[in-house]
Amino acid sequence: MGEFRMPSLGADMETGKLVEWLVAPGQPVQRGDIVALVETQKGLFEIEAFEEGIMGEPLVRAGQTVPVGTVLAMISSGTKAAASTEVPAEPPAAPAAASPAAGLGVPPAAPLAGSPSRIACSPSARQLALELNVDLATVRGTGPGGAIQRSDIEEAANARKSDAAPVGAPEKPVAAAPIQPMDAATSAARMRQAIAAAVSRSNREIPHYYLETEIDLSRPLQWLAAENQKRSIQERVLPVALLLKAVAKALRDVPELNGYWLEDRLQVKTEIHIGFAVALRQGGLISPALHQVDRLSIGELMQAMADLIERTRAGRLRGSEVTDATVSVTNLGDRGVKTVHGVIYPPQVALVGFGRIAERPWAEGGMLGVRPCVTATLAADHRATDGHQGALFLEALNRHLQLPEGL
Amino acid sequence: MTEQELRAIIFTELRKVAPECDPAALTPDENIREAFDIDSYSFLRVLVGLNKQTGVDIPESDYGKLSTLATMTQYLAARLP
Repeated sequence: MGEFRMPSLGADMETGKLVEWLVAPGQPVQRGDIVALVETQKGLFEIEAFEEGIMGEPLVRAGQTVPVGTVLAMISSGTKAAASTEVPAEPPAAPAAASPAAGLGVPPAAPLAGSPSRIACSPSARQLALELNVDLATVRGTGPGGAIQRSDIEEAANARKSDAAPVGAPEKPVAAAPIQPMDAATSAARMRQAIAAAVSRSNREIPHYYLETEIDLSRPLQWLAAENQKRSIQERVLPVALLLKAVAKALRDVPELNGYWLEDRLQVKTEIHIGFAVALRQGGLISPALHQVDRLSIGELMQAMADLIERTRAGRLRGSEVTDATVSVTNLGDRGVKTVHGVIYPPQVALVGFGRIAERPWAEGGMLGVRPCVTATLAADHRATDGHQGALFLEALNRHLQLPEGL
Repeated sequence: MTEQELRAIIFTELRKVAPECDPAALTPDENIREAFDIDSYSFLRVLVGLNKQTGVDIPESDYGKLSTLATMTQYLAARLP
């Protein structure tokens, strides 16, 4: 049996609201299937199954808000009994939920693992328990194999009436957190709180260092213009796709900037998932991940980016996309900004920033000319790397951009 | 296609990327992207939509000619198939 848990969709997430179950009990699920919709401070996310098996009864009802780590349902692995499960929380998220070092001024989510999951209980009895606010952990089952039946729930509810203090020390019921309907103002406020928590932690814990360099984009932009002439308007590529691809290639040259600072050490990641900051029209931002950017062609990258931006703005992101970025890129060029010194998203160790692409004076070979340029910046975690590696990265970034046909 | 119809198409495409904005409030010479805070990705989406609705091909080098309501309408009207 595997446990399908409330994932941590970011270092700043404490609780999530299960909005909707998308798979019915008894249905088979594949790894990667969307199983449920979860609402956090940052919006609505699609949560995937992390293993294949048969969907069990929901342990948390749609509409309930529960702490990160709460078992939402069991996924039985079919033939293999008691197979160990990967918790859906991804590496960057897990320590935040489990370690006090997350230090967001709130206690880490109390893991409710175990207790609800081991209780055998019929769905209708479970429903009744929710209605009567009976904690299943306090109920003795009288059904087959000790399973809890409706009559057991009723009895427990009656017993509670006559005896205010329940016998034993029951664990906190899963249903403890109240349902909180959210209006637009509340959701905007919560989005700000989520961003505030993440950047405060970043500023408190990460000793940032900043490097910047000016990059001549004449060659890549000429190449792109010629490339776009061959493409229909739907398939055209924006300059930002070139920048992202070059970042991915430069990260292959300097892998120390791609990974997480966890447990007092740098954990380099081999896969390059770039968190790409998307501003939301209603305010706030989300940085969902573009997966394996180094392996995508420019055309594929543009499609992936378009898809990600659409789904971010429509509120249809998958949970994994907001948790597994290994590095981030912010592009403020559209807003006319020349230089951006970013705030690293913990536990990542680097953030690459791009400003506006604009014509600027450029001296080369004793001549002064006008070239389209961009200011590229690197904000990096000094615990993980030194300025030397950062400089190598920016140098590699420039080198890859000057060879656009190789991107 | 009348200018009225063309404008209706433009408004529809703008509302898709900037639902909270009112295109009717735009002055003819206002820079649309600045007025509605439309990023380059969303602006490309608008152009793709206009291409689909009007059949007018818009090469990348002409993107700058569609920055205001007046120039956008003019550009499309002159090239309607």
